[in-house]
Amino acid sequence: MEFNPVMPTSIDALHLILGGLSLVLLLVALLRGAGKNSDNSTTAGVSTPAPGPTPVTAAEPKPAPVLKSNDPESALQLLGLLQQEARFIDFLNEDLTGFSDAEIGAVSRVVHEGSKKLLDQYFALAPIRTEEEESRVTLDAGFDPAQNRVTGNVVGEPPFNGVLVHRGWKVTKADLPRLAEGHDPKILAPAEVEL
Amino acid sequence: MSEGSRYSVGIDLGTTNSVLAYLDATPSDADSAAQAADSGNPTEQVLAVDQLTQPGAVEARAQLPSFLYQAHVAEVSATDLSLPWGESGSQLVGYAARFLGAKTPMRLVASAKSWLCHSGVDRRSPLLPLNAPDDVARISPLAASAAYLNHLKCAWNHRFPEHPLEQQEITLTVPASFDPAARDLTAEAARSIGLNRLTLLEEPQAALYSWVNRSGDQWREQVSVGDVVLVVDIGGGTTDLSLVAVTEQDGNLELNRIAVGDHILLGGDNMDLALAYRVKAKLDAEGKALQPWQIQALTHGCRDAKEALLGDAELDAVPMVVPSRGSKLLGSTLRTELTREEVEQTLVDGFFPLVGIAEHPRQQPRGALTQMGLPYAQDAGVTRHLAAFLCRQANAAQDFFGSAQDFIKPTAVLFNGGVLKAPKLAQRLMAVINGWLQQAGAEPARLLDGADLDLAVARGAAYYGYVRQGHGVRIRGGLASAYYVGIESAMPAVPGMPPPLQALCVAPFGMEEGTETTPGAQEFGLVVGEPVTFRFFGSTVRRDDQPGMLLDYWSDEELQELPPIQASLPAEGRSAGEVVAVTLAARVNELGTLCLEAIPRDGAQRWQVEFDVRDQ
Repeated sequence: MEFNPVMPTSIDALHLILGGLSLVLLLVALLRGAGKNSDNSTTAGVSTPAPGPTPVTAAEPKPAPVLKSNDPESALQLLGLLQQEARFIDFLNEDLTGFSDAEIGAVSRVVHEGSKKLLDQYFALAPIRTEEEESRVTLDAGFDPAQNRVTGNVVGEPPFNGVLVHRGWKVTKADLPRLAEGHDPKILAPAEVEL
Repeated sequence: MSEGSRYSVGIDLGTTNSVLAYLDATPSDADSAAQAADSGNPTEQVLAVDQLTQPGAVEARAQLPSFLYQAHVAEVSATDLSLPWGESGSQLVGYAARFLGAKTPMRLVASAKSWLCHSGVDRRSPLLPLNAPDDVARISPLAASAAYLNHLKCAWNHRFPEHPLEQQEITLTVPASFDPAARDLTAEAARSIGLNRLTLLEEPQAALYSWVNRSGDQWREQVSVGDVVLVVDIGGGTTDLSLVAVTEQDGNLELNRIAVGDHILLGGDNMDLALAYRVKAKLDAEGKALQPWQIQALTHGCRDAKEALLGDAELDAVPMVVPSRGSKLLGSTLRTELTREEVEQTLVDGFFPLVGIAEHPRQQPRGALTQMGLPYAQDAGVTRHLAAFLCRQANAAQDFFGSAQDFIKPTAVLFNGGVLKAPKLAQRLMAVINGWLQQAGAEPARLLDGADLDLAVARGAAYYGYVRQGHGVRIRGGLASAYYVGIESAMPAVPGMPPPLQALCVAPFGMEEGTETTPGAQEFGLVVGEPVTFRFFGSTVRRDDQPGMLLDYWSDEELQELPPIQASLPAEGRSAGEVVAVTLAARVNELGTLCLEAIPRDGAQRWQVEFDVRDQ
């Protein structure tokens, strides 16, 4: 089939949004897989009836550094959902050369709309800092380095004064569907055969 | 209250979505009791129902789509059908059913509720999915309704093992327009899965209860004596109308449900489909032919686009993209757009046309009764249906406020159902109603706000269980119809003419639950051991007919023929073939359903008259 889509001129913006969104989602996936607070995969989402968000809290200092092994199940599940709702894998595996920005833009709507829907459905996100970006902020002594990353001229003792470059994001609620025992999360999308 | 019974549970068994809400009827400690007394009103909660959203994935969502999918043995593996309380078998209910059914409609059972009130079919016989091939298991509309209820029961019992649903006080909602047979069947579906502590409640009433509870004590300030509240409930598949009058008794405000509308099979799904076909026509004109799966995806896309366009006055068009089915997206994705103008023409003008109060739905005589299928509304104009309802019920408020009118003039309007979440549609509907009122020289009606349009019915039903325990205001209603049995009058036969029919009133309009009529004087001869069928009629407009009244003449508008009813006398103690003279008495039981009973002249026994006759 050949179609001649007409696209708005803001294609670069669309790409930017899309790229940013993919990053966020992959981060979220990692968070689910390796995050300190994540449940093990079979009980992910069990907390449904629990009232209120459960904020991600700072890590307790541990006696010896232990690296957790990565359980990819939740990450695979998220990839599967992204493929199903947003055709994410299909899109990333396309070779974009030879297609016009307008064509790519039309498809990116599918990815954007689907990803956004999925994000709203399963996650609640909040910025870490509420100040305006590019405004001056102060980090008092004892600030949480996991939530605030200082860069540049990092010398002396807190309080630190600096410019807020990015507000940060944190997940306040993550509620992926529970998977049935024996369900293979490596199947991101089944092959479809119409009879 | 017995052990284990703690919650008042409301179930909205909808045409497209079912919802369960509950309310703790016995606050566990003194604090919360005091709190409840302070605020005056308890809050209901909505159960997040565990369900398959995909094969192998379980999620808890507030709504359970009322769909059932008969999966093929090879289609999904048994492990992918696990629910928290066990495996579901090959029958899937909820989101996963809708998801799978979208691509394989022949295995999907949908709109079971509409079939439940379709008198043209045997509602206990396995007929759904309609026209399915032989190797697809079929179930009856009754069994499908029971399956949805059973899923809700399992989800509840998994969540509250200490308080099984069977032991809770349950209020199940039905459309106000359901006839006695459909009400009976709904109750039967609930009883078949062990839900015996049951009351039925009309959906628009439930929506109003929800509003009353949400408004707290404020509701008394928002309405006053003399108000007539019009409840408009437009759901996914049906439109339901009711009128409630506000009166006063001993200084307290009272609510009286004074009229209900016909059962109109017209709702949000029709609107999405109408938009999809509009877009399809546009693409056809561009020479792009659509395949069935693309139309389906388009319908889905139209729902989102519609909400965006009707919600945001700034938007002029929403792009719509139908991706290819295969893994190659680029080059084969279909792109179009839905404009504000198209949505307004199709939905606002198509479904909510600006019409005069005298413009009523165009009815074409239906084809032969042999056709199988749901009796969808032929006229999509919701406002025309509304105009017809208000005119037909012109005298409904006469008992309360006197003065005959050419149509009943609501002073307040309460909306319910997902369709009316769209501000544009809600505004148009209000504008049409207020246009009628203005022309008649009446004050414009107020919109009662604060309603939660998707979940109000279940919430209100849960609250109703609490009201039944003696808290808060109760809506008085009773039967929304008067009921009549047809009698062939004993006249000399005229060749070629059917014997003239008389209608005997057996149950009056407004008959309240827990009451019964005295047996009438009219006797019927029943043959022992043989079922006898009567023609049966209902009227929502003849409000003053008393039981025993015999009508010789009525207009088609006044009396509507319902499916026939059947009385059969067991042969015990009598010889088969004997003719026994009986009279008919009506009773409205605590459940809220009508019972007709045949009482022999000696009065010792009573036999139930069946509304749902199996072999027609």
